[in-house]
Amino acid sequence: MTTTPKAVKADARWSIAAKEIVSGGAFRAFLSVLLGFVVGALFMVGSNEEFLKALSYFTARPTDALTAGWGAIADGYAALFRGSIYNYNADNLVAALRPITETLRFAAPLIAAGLGVALAFRVGLFNIGASGQILFGALAATAVSTRVELPWGIHLVVAAVTAIIASAAYGALVGFLKARTGAHEVIVTIMLNYIAAGLLTFAFRQESLLRETGGGGTPKSDAPAETAQLPLLLGDSYMLHAGIVLALVAVVIYWWLMERSTIGYRFRMVGHNADAARTAGINVELTFVAAMAVSGAFVGLAAINQALGARAGLTPDIDGSIGFDAITVALLGSSTAPGVLLAGLLFGAFKAGAPSMQVIGLSPEVTGVVQGFIVLFIAAPPLIRAIFRLPAPQKTTVVADWWARLTRKKAAK
Amino acid sequence: MSTVAASTQFQSAEAPRTFKAAIVMGVFALVVFVAFGVFGKPDNVTFQWSKPDDVIHIPDFIVGSSLVGLAIGAILILIAAIVAVNASRRRRNPQWISLIFGFFAIIALLAWLAAGNAVPFAFILGNAIVLAVPIALGAMGGIMSERVGVVNIAIEGQLLTGAFLAAVVGSLTDSLLLGLVAAMVGAALLSMVLAAFAIKYLVDQIIVGVVLNVLVLGVTNFLYSQWLANDGERSNFPGTFDITPIPFLSDIPIIGPALFENRLTTYLAFIIIPVLWFFLFKTKLGLRARAVGEHPLAADTVGINVARTRFWWVTLGGVVAGLGGAALTIGSVGAFGRGMSGGQGFIALAVVILGRWHPFYAAAAALLFGFSIILRVWANQVSPGIPTDFITMVPYLVTLIAVVGFVGRVRAPAADGQPYIKG
Amino acid sequence: MKLELRGITKRFGTLVANDNINLVVKPGEIHSLLGENGAGKSTLMNVLYGLYAADGGEILLDDVVQNFKGPGDAMAAGIGMVHQHFMLIPVFTVAENVVLGNEPTSALGVLNLDEARKRVREISDRFGFDIDPDALVEDLPVGSQQRVEIIKALARNAKVLVLDEPTAVLTPQETDELMGIMRDLAKAGTSIVFITHKLREVQAVADRITVIRLGAVVGEAKPTDSAGSLATLMVGREVDLNVHKSKVSLGSSGLRVSGLTVVGDRHTKVVDDVSFDVRGGEILAIAGVQGNGQTELAEALVGLRTPSAGSIHLGELDITHSSVREVIDAGVGYIPEDRKKDGLVGDFTVAENFMLNKSYAPPFAKGISIDFANRDRLSDELISDFDVRTPGRETLAKQLSGGNQQKVVVARELSRDLSLLIASQPTRGVDVGSIEFIHEQIVATRDAGKPVVIISTELDEVTALADRIAVMYRGRIIGIVDGKESREKLGKMMAGVAV
Repeated sequence: MTTTPKAVKADARWSIAAKEIVSGGAFRAFLSVLLGFVVGALFMVGSNEEFLKALSYFTARPTDALTAGWGAIADGYAALFRGSIYNYNADNLVAALRPITETLRFAAPLIAAGLGVALAFRVGLFNIGASGQILFGALAATAVSTRVELPWGIHLVVAAVTAIIASAAYGALVGFLKARTGAHEVIVTIMLNYIAAGLLTFAFRQESLLRETGGGGTPKSDAPAETAQLPLLLGDSYMLHAGIVLALVAVVIYWWLMERSTIGYRFRMVGHNADAARTAGINVELTFVAAMAVSGAFVGLAAINQALGARAGLTPDIDGSIGFDAITVALLGSSTAPGVLLAGLLFGAFKAGAPSMQVIGLSPEVTGVVQGFIVLFIAAPPLIRAIFRLPAPQKTTVVADWWARLTRKKAAK
Repeated sequence: MSTVAASTQFQSAEAPRTFKAAIVMGVFALVVFVAFGVFGKPDNVTFQWSKPDDVIHIPDFIVGSSLVGLAIGAILILIAAIVAVNASRRRRNPQWISLIFGFFAIIALLAWLAAGNAVPFAFILGNAIVLAVPIALGAMGGIMSERVGVVNIAIEGQLLTGAFLAAVVGSLTDSLLLGLVAAMVGAALLSMVLAAFAIKYLVDQIIVGVVLNVLVLGVTNFLYSQWLANDGERSNFPGTFDITPIPFLSDIPIIGPALFENRLTTYLAFIIIPVLWFFLFKTKLGLRARAVGEHPLAADTVGINVARTRFWWVTLGGVVAGLGGAALTIGSVGAFGRGMSGGQGFIALAVVILGRWHPFYAAAAALLFGFSIILRVWANQVSPGIPTDFITMVPYLVTLIAVVGFVGRVRAPAADGQPYIKG
Repeated sequence: MKLELRGITKRFGTLVANDNINLVVKPGEIHSLLGENGAGKSTLMNVLYGLYAADGGEILLDDVVQNFKGPGDAMAAGIGMVHQHFMLIPVFTVAENVVLGNEPTSALGVLNLDEARKRVREISDRFGFDIDPDALVEDLPVGSQQRVEIIKALARNAKVLVLDEPTAVLTPQETDELMGIMRDLAKAGTSIVFITHKLREVQAVADRITVIRLGAVVGEAKPTDSAGSLATLMVGREVDLNVHKSKVSLGSSGLRVSGLTVVGDRHTKVVDDVSFDVRGGEILAIAGVQGNGQTELAEALVGLRTPSAGSIHLGELDITHSSVREVIDAGVGYIPEDRKKDGLVGDFTVAENFMLNKSYAPPFAKGISIDFANRDRLSDELISDFDVRTPGRETLAKQLSGGNQQKVVVARELSRDLSLLIASQPTRGVDVGSIEFIHEQIVATRDAGKPVVIISTELDEVTALADRIAVMYRGRIIGIVDGKESREKLGKMMAGVAV
């Protein structure tokens, strides 16, 4: 047996480790985010009227255009910062801190649904159906939260569990159809998204079902009963509710499940090589169903967040763009627990920052541009490697060995 | 790989019969017979075949709504029975049987919805066609891409790009034709990105497609809200192509006005669909394209440049999809709206599969979706209170049933979605 | 046409696949390129065919230097190739396949399929092939598909025909027919390059032989040279093709298969009423040409396919309808024929691959969590016991060489307490050193009193290892004979002649 580590000197291992990190996915994700912001800045400049005006006499006084351009970028990202992290213009500390709580509030469903999509990715499945799973879960949660009366606490738990079961079942249906018939999950999930939207709209339109009491022709439900609402975390000054706690717990569960448990090991095995898994005695079909159910359960947390975190009646666009944002979150987070957490927080900040960008006359949709370019760069590792002249992925495992030693205390010599 | 073990080599066993298609059709037929027929509405329904100003006027056809339900229900049951008999004799059911089945089912639905009212047939068919055009063109783009082995999830993004550029360029230059060209070029550029990532960088094609959709949505949303929303008069007011009736052809009863009183974008779709079919199945280029999509290595060994073939077919597919996007704006309503493709690109994706990667069947599937959109609108007018959400869901359900193989196994190009790694 | 290769060099990263190779093929001669798996024969031919660009050297046809940018150029210059894995499109007709890339067209690029059919018929008639131009390729038997490949090359006026391991999928009879075709073609003036690692075929048909090893030409030989000297040249040292094993001492319980029938994907009986016994301490080899149902038989034995009739007993235990997991738990070790597809997860580390089929139980699991301490300890033991050459247990399996990947599979399967070992093509695509090691391990399993089933298409491997040999043909077992049976008789049985 040949062993590398002991033979190699410590300083050489540092440089190998550095090379591994620089060529690794996390560093590439960081650069992609950076580049995304750069492209977003270009869009801000390009759509800034002062800059465009100054551009018309660029040769005469180039500084005007440059100042205007720089100003547009600085104003834009400063507004994003004020809206999503800390509002240094606010009158008091409570208001100054509100943005960060908003970021957490928006991030919660993205993280939860992102974990669901990420889990499916790891099993080799492309779950585009997060949107439908959220709608289906929210439909179930709303039925419980508006049409059932239960004591405080129990009501919330029952509604939440119902949502998770509903979302998981809707996810499992995808796995079942794939396992039984070989239908591609991308098409199946897209169709199920529309079907879920149809069912929800139908239910929200029928008075006998979930339509708002005394409501009109537009599909809308009642607000969830107070006993079934996710409780506020930081009192009435902030809108932050317990959804973020659920999301954080989900991150820990996801990490343990995928990295530490034999269940996650089997999920990954099927994801990498279903044939080998079958030969190794794994029931691949059942694994597809189980994985999609668990994926759906994580997405169900986003459904809880949307349906029970609300204080007003729900409308059919309750999933917003979470279903699709979840895909970008999972991609950016490379389907790992910490990655999804960070990506969810970033995209949550984008949503939280929208109002304050609107205030300075910048369309908050610019974050959509940033988001789009980030995932474009993420999706093409060779592109980023070419731009920054990064080394190719390394075959050495120095960092992995260190990590193993760090995380597994009892690892034998 | 093509080293298929020979079936003739072994003792053959009985192939199992599959009655899935017959069962699904039977259920639909019974629903029509019972719900629209037995428990249907007794009121009369008037089928208006012609519009008042048509040259050749076909008299209206007035009949009891439930009677139509019973009659068509019986026909559908008969078709289901034929399918079942074929299955029990292990004979293949031809694809057009489902088309006929679908056609009758739609007529029955119309009769049920319009009980006590009139069915403006030409109006519905015409609108269904116009609404189907973007979906059909998107699907043609998808077929061109998938036939050479590149899965194109980015049709949605291409429709949106086409719609945006057609409206904006058409408006700014005051030339709809320039808008049309811009739409095609823009969507083609998007296709080139997809092709480059998929072919050169070997990135997962589905991921690239999804990412491109996110990107286009982000960029057009931003430009719309930052620019078009404030400057709509100048940059988002293109108008539409004129409706140009084709002499004589548009006078054909029933189908004439629906088919031959249309805008340029619709006529282009009428041309592109058969031309694509011809190229794919009758020409050298089509043979090579299909070879690349089935077995790229084999194509390479006979001197076909796999990367180049894929690149150009995917790019041209983008041109066609971009045209579909233009049909959404300057071929229909004029101005661009935020996120106005609204998932039609994903429907096109389903249409590609539902149509088995075949231009004609895909066009028929697109028409099904066109019907579902116009029927929902129309049903709301003629009989309020009908749960139109279900009508919306029908085509999605049909697609789902089709892709899970209940209406016969669909076979994608063998190398669909697989990168070709040379050497 | 005369073909000459001068100093061809081809590298893949640090690996030198072809090192300064020189080769001359005279017009109308059958020139055999002999070498073991991985020697670089196919790489060389892919360079010749324009699929790979050479890093050095030149290709000459009739003394004119050629510059091939792709297969199209090579074909235009008169080189035709029949690939090991057929380059045919299953859903196209014979005619479409033959003209692909060289299509007869009328105006506007419209295909002229009548002309295509005519071309197929002409060549088919000239050489006595019986091929329908309108048949779908996927419906043709393997032998006919190969003829379509030959027609495809001849339709392009190939003057040099390269046949890459053409007999791997053929019965001995079909092999004889192919050799007849090769001689006919050579007589008609076509130069033929015949790539193989089978000594017998070289001796039967070649005019001249070039032997390559580790990417370099190691010498020329004559077909009249002895098999032993050819083998020595090919492998680079004295090869002892015999495996040393002790006398059989049969145990009692073992595997009992009776009347087993498996219906395949295309509704044919791919395994047809198969019965045999294997007792502890013996090796039963299942021989046969590829595609005669051996793969499906193995998959049925381990629970991957459901039999439609018959039974499988392991000792007293009926495992006919057991799941794969139950079969594994019953102590059946399985080395699948395609390790990359079925035996390993390339993107898993070596350690993760060791726990592949035992991930749910101790020592690899504690409850539902992975027992990393035990796994790492066991992995290091297996790596050293089975001589797996890897930087460490955290290295990804796909980064190992073929032989070492196979050792990972062998180590995983043999490290369990087995009641039966099933090894399907255990040494396919593996270097000679690893072959010897794996053979030793298999014999050791037998000597430990376990029943062993080997499935192999290589007669050499079968005769070296087997105590008894069952020959499969068209899904049936044509006969079970002693391990020392003559090759001639085995060859006849493989062609379906019951003895």
